[in-house]
Amino acid sequence: MMRRLRQFLAFWYDFVVGDDWRIAAFVVAGLALTKVVAHASVPAWWLLPLGMAVALPLSIRRVLRAERKKAAGSSGGE
Amino acid sequence: MSSGALFVAVFLACAVEAVEATTIVLAAGTARDWRSAIAGVVGGLLVLALVTGALGPALTAIPLQWLRLVVGGLLLVFGLQWLRKAVLRASGHKALHDEQAIFDKELAAARAAEGRRVGIVHDWYAFTLSFKGVVLEGLEVAFIVLTFGSNQHDIGLAAVAAGAAVVVVVALGVAIRAPLARVPENTMKFVVGVMLTGFGTFWGAEGAGAHWPGSDAALLALIPLYALFALAIAAILRSRVGAPTALAAASEVE
Repeated sequence: MMRRLRQFLAFWYDFVVGDDWRIAAFVVAGLALTKVVAHASVPAWWLLPLGMAVALPLSIRRVLRAERKKAAGSSGGE
Repeated sequence: MSSGALFVAVFLACAVEAVEATTIVLAAGTARDWRSAIAGVVGGLLVLALVTGALGPALTAIPLQWLRLVVGGLLLVFGLQWLRKAVLRASGHKALHDEQAIFDKELAAARAAEGRRVGIVHDWYAFTLSFKGVVLEGLEVAFIVLTFGSNQHDIGLAAVAAGAAVVVVVALGVAIRAPLARVPENTMKFVVGVMLTGFGTFWGAEGAGAHWPGSDAALLALIPLYALFALAIAAILRSRVGAPTALAAASEVE
């Protein structure tokens, strides 16, 4: 029963969050910040695009670093 | 957002998912048993109908601002992940999505697996392979239809766009009886990633209480800007790749 529940939760985590939880964290933080700034009657529309312009390159950089580490690890043993 | 933009966004996103599901069903039917594979498709569609039937009315009951906040956030998460993979593929850091390779892989796995009869299902492996393919890819289709449709108060049009995409892809798959390797899937994924990110940003910010300059017209700037930004990143990364060595490291096919 617990195993099935874990599998069910793991499926939805994978479906919603995907393979990089940092993106989801960035999005939640961006939305929260937008809400706070907009609530203070300050224009807040620019915050999310700016946040996404930071999140995308950071996520790509993380993948490339992991790839490089993997490549270095596999070539180190030869 | 115009009806045309809604139709194009949903059609492209659903076509991409339909191509992937069709490849899996084709592999199950070709390698194993067509009747069981089709039964899996029907079972999967029934599950999707249940999920959509339950979630659809629930979504329309949520206040629009909260709906946009939540849906915008989810679309942003989905869109950025699609876009990241699309940029990595476009820059040569990740193997291009190859339906023929996926088909061959699924075909080999299906041929190697043992078959057994369960109830009225002649080949359980073919049934479950098709069922999973349809449900997993179809969930994304259902999500896109419900979120885009409910945000624009036009679930009907979103459903028509999704249905049209599925019909076109399945008709092509049945006609050629082979994976749709010539569909420009990687380009479509790039476009869908940009659109999901654009709409997610727009709705998410509105849901959080921000007001866009120019209202809906802001999307006309947001989407091309995201596209240019992603293309620029891909171009910078491509210029740094000396050889397709990175491709070998990332040769997984998703």
